[in-house]
Amino acid sequence: MATARQTADIDLRTRLQDWLPKLVLSPSVAAILVFVYGFIAYTIYLSFTGSKMLPSYDLVGFDNYATLFGLSAWSTALINLSIFASLYIIICMAIGLLLAIFLDQKIRGEGLLRPIYLYPMALSFIVTGTAWKWFLDPGIGLEHTMHLWGWESFKFGWIKDRNMAIYTLVIAAVWQSSGFVMAMFLAGLRGIDNEMLKAAQIDGASNWQLYRRIVIPLLRPAFMSAFVILAHLAIKSYDLVIALTGGGPGRATELPATFMYSYTFTRNQMGVGASSAVIMLMGVAAIMVPYIYAELKEKK
Amino acid sequence: MSAATQDTAVRTGRITRTFIYVVLIFFALFYLLPFFIMMINSLKPLSEITAGNMMALPKEPTLAPWGAAWSTAQIGVEATGLKPYFLNSILMVVPAVAISTVLGALNGYILTKWRFRGDTVLFGLMLFSCFIPFQIVLIPMARILGMLGLAGSVQGLILVHVVYGIGFATLYFRNYYAAFPTELVKSAMIDGAGFFRIFWRIMLPVSGPIAVVCIIWQFTNIWNDFLFGVSFGGLNAQPVTVALNNLVQSSTGVKEYNVHFAAAILAALPTLLVYIVAGRYFVRGLMAGSVKG
Amino acid sequence: MKFFGKAGVSAMALTMALAATAQAEDVEVLHWWTAGGEAAALNVLKDDLQAQGIGWLDMPVAGGGGEAAMTALRARVTAGDAPTAVQMLGFDILDWANQPDVLADLSAVATAENWDAVIPAAIQKFSKPNGTWIAAPVNVHSTNWVWANKAVLDELGIAEPTTWDEFIAALQTAKDAGKVALAHGGQPWQEATIFDSAVLATGGAEFYQKSMIDLDPEALGSEQMVQAFDKMAQMRSFVDDNFSGRDWNLASAMVINGEAAFQIMGDWAKGEFINAGKVPGTDFLCFRVPGTEGNVTFNSDQFVMFKQAEDAAATAQNAMATAIESPAFQIAFNKVKGSVPARTDVPSDEFDDCAKKGMEQLAAAAEAGTLLGSMGHGHANPAAVKNAMYDVITAHFNGEYDSATAAEELVAAVEAAQ
Repeated sequence: MATARQTADIDLRTRLQDWLPKLVLSPSVAAILVFVYGFIAYTIYLSFTGSKMLPSYDLVGFDNYATLFGLSAWSTALINLSIFASLYIIICMAIGLLLAIFLDQKIRGEGLLRPIYLYPMALSFIVTGTAWKWFLDPGIGLEHTMHLWGWESFKFGWIKDRNMAIYTLVIAAVWQSSGFVMAMFLAGLRGIDNEMLKAAQIDGASNWQLYRRIVIPLLRPAFMSAFVILAHLAIKSYDLVIALTGGGPGRATELPATFMYSYTFTRNQMGVGASSAVIMLMGVAAIMVPYIYAELKEKK
Repeated sequence: MSAATQDTAVRTGRITRTFIYVVLIFFALFYLLPFFIMMINSLKPLSEITAGNMMALPKEPTLAPWGAAWSTAQIGVEATGLKPYFLNSILMVVPAVAISTVLGALNGYILTKWRFRGDTVLFGLMLFSCFIPFQIVLIPMARILGMLGLAGSVQGLILVHVVYGIGFATLYFRNYYAAFPTELVKSAMIDGAGFFRIFWRIMLPVSGPIAVVCIIWQFTNIWNDFLFGVSFGGLNAQPVTVALNNLVQSSTGVKEYNVHFAAAILAALPTLLVYIVAGRYFVRGLMAGSVKG
Repeated sequence: MKFFGKAGVSAMALTMALAATAQAEDVEVLHWWTAGGEAAALNVLKDDLQAQGIGWLDMPVAGGGGEAAMTALRARVTAGDAPTAVQMLGFDILDWANQPDVLADLSAVATAENWDAVIPAAIQKFSKPNGTWIAAPVNVHSTNWVWANKAVLDELGIAEPTTWDEFIAALQTAKDAGKVALAHGGQPWQEATIFDSAVLATGGAEFYQKSMIDLDPEALGSEQMVQAFDKMAQMRSFVDDNFSGRDWNLASAMVINGEAAFQIMGDWAKGEFINAGKVPGTDFLCFRVPGTEGNVTFNSDQFVMFKQAEDAAATAQNAMATAIESPAFQIAFNKVKGSVPARTDVPSDEFDDCAKKGMEQLAAAAEAGTLLGSMGHGHANPAAVKNAMYDVITAHFNGEYDSATAAEELVAAVEAAQ
C-alpha cells in the first residue's frame, strides 16, 4: 500500500516524465520551424517582391510568377526534371535490386564488391565531374578510345547532343547512387526469413516466382526508403549538372535546382529565383506529403 | 534481425552462376571507371594529358602531382596545397556529425517510445524538411548567423549542418526504434527507470548499426558540402571542398589536370575510408533499421 | 519582416564588420585568382602591403568567373561580415554601388594620385560611378582577339587576315585542309565572347554602343543584328562537332597543338601559349578579330572596398588602393595575367609583343572613344540582361533559332530582363 508521500512522488515523477521528452525534443523542433519552415515562409514572401541582387521588400504581386512561366528555360527545366527523376529513380532501383539479388547468392568476393558498388556515393561531383565529362566527351573519352582500339564506327556523343544530353546526366547519377540503393535492398534481403523461402521452394516455386511473388513484395519498405532518398537526391541535383554539362548544350540540361541558383545568384533576379523555389517546393509537397501521410498512417 | 545469415534458399545452376558473376564484375568495372580515369591521370605529367589520349595509361608515371596537391598547389595567394584545410573540415565534420546523430537518436526515441498527441505531424514536418533546397536558405541563414555572431566561424557551420541533418538523422533512428519492442521500455518504466536511464541502458546499447548508418550518411553529406562552406566558412573555417574548388575552378589560368585529379582523390579520402571501413556495418545497420521500419 | 530589412543589412555591416576576424590594420581580400600565375602575381601586392605593416588575409573563392565569389560575398555582407576588399567585374560593381552605405570611398587617394587623368573614362564608368571612386582597377582584358598557330598558317599559306571576308576565307582554307578551323568551347560565355566581335564587325562602335550598352530595342532587332547573328552562324560552321561544353583552355590547347588554326578569346589565353613554351610572333599570332580593328571590347578586374567599422581599416584600404595603382604592381601583375595595365601611362618595355600591341590599341581606343565594355564579360549591361542575351546567343549558336528569329528573341529577352 502506497503512502501519500510515495503517491506524490510518483505524481511528480510522472509529470516530470511527461514534459521531459517534449523538452528534449523542443530544440530540434524549434530549429526545424525556424530554419526550414521560417525560411520557406521568407522565400514565399520574397517571391512576391521585386528583389534583385539582395532581398528588397517592395511587393509586386504575381509578377515574378508571370515572368517565370514566360521563360522557356523554366519549362525545359521542369520537363528535364520529370525525365531525369523518373529514369533515375527507376533505373537505380532496378540496378540496385538486381545487384542485391545477385550479391545475395553466396558470392565469393562480396566483401570486395560491396565497397566498390558503394564508394561513388562517398564522392561529390565536384570530384568526379571532370572524369565523367572526359569519359563522355566523344573527342577524348569513350568514343575516342573505341576508335583507337579499332572500332571506327563506334558513336557515343550524347553529351554534345541537345536531345540526348539529359540522359548522360542519368548515367552519371545512376552511377553515383545505384550502389547505395543496392545496399538498402541487400539489407532488406538479408532480413528475410529463409525458412519461408525454403518452404515455398518445396512447394515447387521457381526462382523467378520466388522473387516475384515473395521476396520483392517483402522488400516494400526498402523500396519506400529508397524512393524518398532518391527523390530527394534527384530534386537537389545541382553539382551533377554543373560538373557535366553546365546546363548545356544551350540550356538543354537545365534542372530546377540550377535554374533557381542562376536566377537568385548569377542573374540577380532573386524574386524570380524565389518564385521558382516556391513552385518546386509545391511540387515536392504534392508528391511527398501523400507518401509521408500514407507511411505514417499505416504505422500506427 | 535474426535471419541475418549468408545462407540463401535459392539454388542456382552453373550457367546462372557464371552469368551472375559476369554481371557483378561488369558493374564493378562500371563503378570503378571514373575513379580509374582520375587515378591514371593523376599519375601523368601534364604534357601527357594535354597532348592527347586522356584514357591511356601513364607513360612516365610520376607522383609529383600528388605532392603538389597536398602541399604546394596554389589555393589562393599562398601555395599551401590542401593540407591546411583538412583540419578545418575535421573540426567542422566531427562535432556536426556527433551532435546531429545524438539529436536524431533522442528524437527517434521520443517519437517512438514517448508518444504524444501530434507526434506524427512533427515527424512529418521533420521528414519534409529534408527536401528544402539549400539555395534558398543562404541569405536568411547568413542573416541569422550574423545576428548570433557566428558568421565566418566553424561554430556557425556546425550549427547549419546540424540543423539540416536533423531530418534524416531522426528518420533513421525513428524507423529503427519503431521496430524495437515497446514492452521492454514499458516494463522498465514500471520498474522506475526514467527517461534518460531507459535511453542510456536499453536503447543505446542496441543502436550501434543505425548509428553507423546515420554517421556515414551525415559524414558524407557534410564533408562534401561546398555551398555552406564557401558562404559561411569565412576566413578561418573554409573546408577542404572550398580549397579543392579553388584549385580546380580557377577560371583564367592554366589548368593542371593531373594535380586536380590528385587533389580530388585526396579530398575524398576520408569519405572513401569511412565507406570502406564502415561499409560492412552499413549493410548491417540498414538491414536492422531504416528499411524494415 | 523588419527583421531582414534592407536598412538592417547595412547597419549590421557597419556594427559587426569583421568583429571576429581581421585586425584593423589587415585587409581581408575576397578574390578568385587561384590559378598559379595570377595568384603569384597577387603575391606582389601582398608583399608590398606587408612591407607597410598591413597584413593580407586571403579569402579565395573560385568558380564561374567570379560567380561563386559573388554568392559568397552576398552571404558575407548579409551576415554583417563584409570583406575589406573584393575583386569585382563590371556591373557587379555598379550593383553594389547602388546599395546605400556599403562601400568605402577612395576619392581622397584617387585625387591625390590623379587617377582621373590616367585611367580611361570607359573604365571610370565602373570605378567612379556617381562621381565617387569606389574601386581600384587592376587590369584591362580585351576580348576581341584572335589567337592563331603560325606554323599551321604558314603551312596552309594563310596570311594574317585583315577583313572579315579574309578571315572567313582563311577559316575556309584551314577547314578544307582538314584542320579544325576555329577552336571553340560551347559554353555560353565563350559564345558571347565571339558575339562581342560579331556585333563590332557588323556595325562598328556606334552599333555596339547602341545595341549592347544602350540596349536600344530598335538596334537590337535591326537588320544589322540579323547580320551579326549570320556572322555567328558562319563561325559555327568552322567549329568541330565536339565543341559543346569544352573548356576554353582545351580549345587553346587545340591551337597550340596545331590541331586547330584559330581561336577567338580574350587575352588571358596568351598565358596558355606562353606556358606551353610558345613565343608570340614566332609560334603564335595575336591580332584583333578582323573587322574590329580600332575598337577594343574590354573587361576590367577591380578591387572594391567595403566600408568597415574601424577607422584604421580605411587607412589600410587606401594603402591597398595606392599599391594597386602603382606602376610597379601594374606591370608585375599584368605581365603574368596576360592583360594590360589599367592606367595608360605605364611604360610597355617589359611586356611581350602581344601586350605591347594591346597597350597601344587600348590607349588609342580610349582616346577615340572606341573602348567599349564587353557584353560577354559583364561590362556592357546588368547581369540579368547579360544572361538573357547569353540564352539567345547560345540557342542560336546551337541551331535553335535562325538569325532573324534570334534578333527578335533578343529584343524580347532583353525587355523581359529589364
